[in-house]
Amino acid sequence: MNVAELAERVRRTHPDVVVARDEATVLVDRDGLLEALRTFRDDEELRLDFLSSVTATDWPGRDPRFRLVYELSSSRDHHRLRVKVGLPEDDVRVPSVTGLFPTANWHERETYDFYGVVFEGHPNLRRILLPEGWEGWPLRKTEELGGVDTRYHGAFVPPVDRRTT
Amino acid sequence: MTIDDAIGAADLSPGSTGEIRQETMVINMGPQHPSTHGVLRLLLELDGETVLACEPIVGYLHTGIEKNTEYRTWQQGVTFVTRADYLSPFFNEVGYCLAVEKLLGIEAPPRAQVLRVLFCEMNRIASHLVWLATSGLELGAVSVMLYGFREREQILDIFEAATGLRMNHAYVRIGGVVMDLPEGSTDRIGDFLDVMPGRIDEYERLLTNNPIWIQRNAGVGPLSAADARALGVTGPTLRAAGVAADIRRDEPYSGYETYEFDVVTRDGADCYARYQVRMEEMRQSLRIVEQCLGRLREPGPVMVEDPKVRWPAQLEVGPDGIGNSPRYIEHIMEESMEALIHHFKMVTEGVSVPPGEVYVPVESPRGELGFYVVSDGGNRPYRVKMRDPSFANLQAVSQMVVGSLVADVIAVIASVDPVLGGVDR
Amino acid sequence: MPVERLEGFQTGKTGEESREEFERGLLMTTLDKAVSWARKQSMWPVTFGLACCAIEMMATGAGDYDLSRWGMELFRASPRQADLMIVAGRVSQKMAPVLRTIYDQMPEPKWVISMGVCASAGGMFTNYAVVQGVDTIVPVDIYVPGCPPKPEMLMYGILRLHEKVRTEGRFK
Repeated sequence: MNVAELAERVRRTHPDVVVARDEATVLVDRDGLLEALRTFRDDEELRLDFLSSVTATDWPGRDPRFRLVYELSSSRDHHRLRVKVGLPEDDVRVPSVTGLFPTANWHERETYDFYGVVFEGHPNLRRILLPEGWEGWPLRKTEELGGVDTRYHGAFVPPVDRRTT
Repeated sequence: MTIDDAIGAADLSPGSTGEIRQETMVINMGPQHPSTHGVLRLLLELDGETVLACEPIVGYLHTGIEKNTEYRTWQQGVTFVTRADYLSPFFNEVGYCLAVEKLLGIEAPPRAQVLRVLFCEMNRIASHLVWLATSGLELGAVSVMLYGFREREQILDIFEAATGLRMNHAYVRIGGVVMDLPEGSTDRIGDFLDVMPGRIDEYERLLTNNPIWIQRNAGVGPLSAADARALGVTGPTLRAAGVAADIRRDEPYSGYETYEFDVVTRDGADCYARYQVRMEEMRQSLRIVEQCLGRLREPGPVMVEDPKVRWPAQLEVGPDGIGNSPRYIEHIMEESMEALIHHFKMVTEGVSVPPGEVYVPVESPRGELGFYVVSDGGNRPYRVKMRDPSFANLQAVSQMVVGSLVADVIAVIASVDPVLGGVDR
Repeated sequence: MPVERLEGFQTGKTGEESREEFERGLLMTTLDKAVSWARKQSMWPVTFGLACCAIEMMATGAGDYDLSRWGMELFRASPRQADLMIVAGRVSQKMAPVLRTIYDQMPEPKWVISMGVCASAGGMFTNYAVVQGVDTIVPVDIYVPGCPPKPEMLMYGILRLHEKVRTEGRFK
């Protein structure tokens, strides 16, 4: 089914659907997330049974600050749907979807590693890419890029995020 | 008591538990290992030689590419992203550029799309050759390593002539590709096409009916289609379980719907089937390269015309390599001040991409490589997330090796073909 | 491929110091010379390929650019049997302790080639995740720049290392 039909179908149960650039995005609440994903997976026409990726984006200064993004696709019909969940800054928790999609295991660990999002019910929520014991959530916009202050022939080269050129 | 006393006191008759305890061993196949395809660490719980559980631990190559792209312009993102999955750099570049072009609402000119397909398919062959070489080496067929790299050198020569680098090319840019093929490239690619099918036959003669290869690979590491789907596995590992899932066929990009090729599947769902799938995929890629060569006969632009998007420089092969053409330098330095200012702005400030988010999947040699790109309207990406196929495929390894021997772990990892640069980014 | 013996350029010393060293070298015993020659003739690298440079290192060891000409095609997996560590690729913070452990496990005499800009200085990744130059962790003998360096560049670096070892002249 094409994007417009997909959006219509999704709107029946979840009205907050945006269609842009030939892609459909639906916003759901944190509490309704598991129900929504189960509906999308089991619905006869949608059949969105493949979870491609789980990630987050950080919008400091906005409320909700974090937006979790789930990319779903259908192995039968090859259409795609993006599911977004907003998380406030002071309560960065969300239920884990590993029960529905086992592949989310490592993707959720990566999102936890980068942003500090706690996935409740995850079997093994530990850092995956950064060393254990690393402090901070590096991909948050409030964290620095890091690196080194380099000095070269008397000139000073600041780390990348403080350069003006 | 002494050891002799202990052994004397133990009841070793069959059927008794005796004084001897049995424990499982937890062994580390460390990040530095000749056979783990990169810096992958495996925690194996062993009962003798049988694997009870396996946990892959990754992160030893984490480079912070995603955070780095947020501090560079859109065009500079190509050079970062290309080094993630370092065995298939063209796919990284094409995925990223397709995502940015989708945000911009533009499309690369047809000749650029043909060039992208051409280089991607040759990259697929090169990547499968490295898989063949390292798998063979790890399983004991040491000569296959040398043969694989010999063919790969031919492909890399073609890449070097066209892009200036053997790996990590930064050739595919937003709006097209940066340079057209130099003189004689089509002849070289034609020569390569003449030679390669015979070489693939040579590898198959060496390995396909080899009893040792079959014993090491057949029945090892089974992964059914349902399990693969649930675990997020894509690419040859999924196709070896009988599922004809290929992004080039299902969600075509860059003109793939106009090429004739088969989606290769096998039913074995074990390491041997994955080997067969990859060998046949090399042949299908050769078919596509041949069709691309036919389409390259007509000349055309390789970069969009829109001055707000196109990379301003005109590159050409000079006496010391690929650089700005002297004619272009004369134009911006002596003839036109506006061209100089425009060049300066495009290189330092870059493209301004309208706000929004897109997800673009491409079919890399390992599976679905997806790019989730978010823009806030500026000249720097807001978020670039790479959905790497090896990241998802490695999760399946824990399931595939349970109950097999330690030596089979190596065969399984080789057949999944992870590239840790993509896994760790 | 002949390696030029340029004064100062090779050993990093001035003309005076070079001459002094040369005169001291004349006093090198035949045994010293023999040992240095033997050390450089078949240096065995330990497999420490990390990222893209590792593929170029493998290509250098493969058929077209053959490391076997210098007796180096045998990459030892165990650091106890190796005397050269080619750090090929970006070293992440998680990998740094592993790098140091492998270096410590190698027996003396040992040398380190830092291959690629990521190993030499952090490369393009000036960020939280990459160690900005592997010489903050292990002492490096030869830096080979490039991203990734062509096999010929790596071979040149290896040959410079061979010259360095050959003229070292003392038991370590």
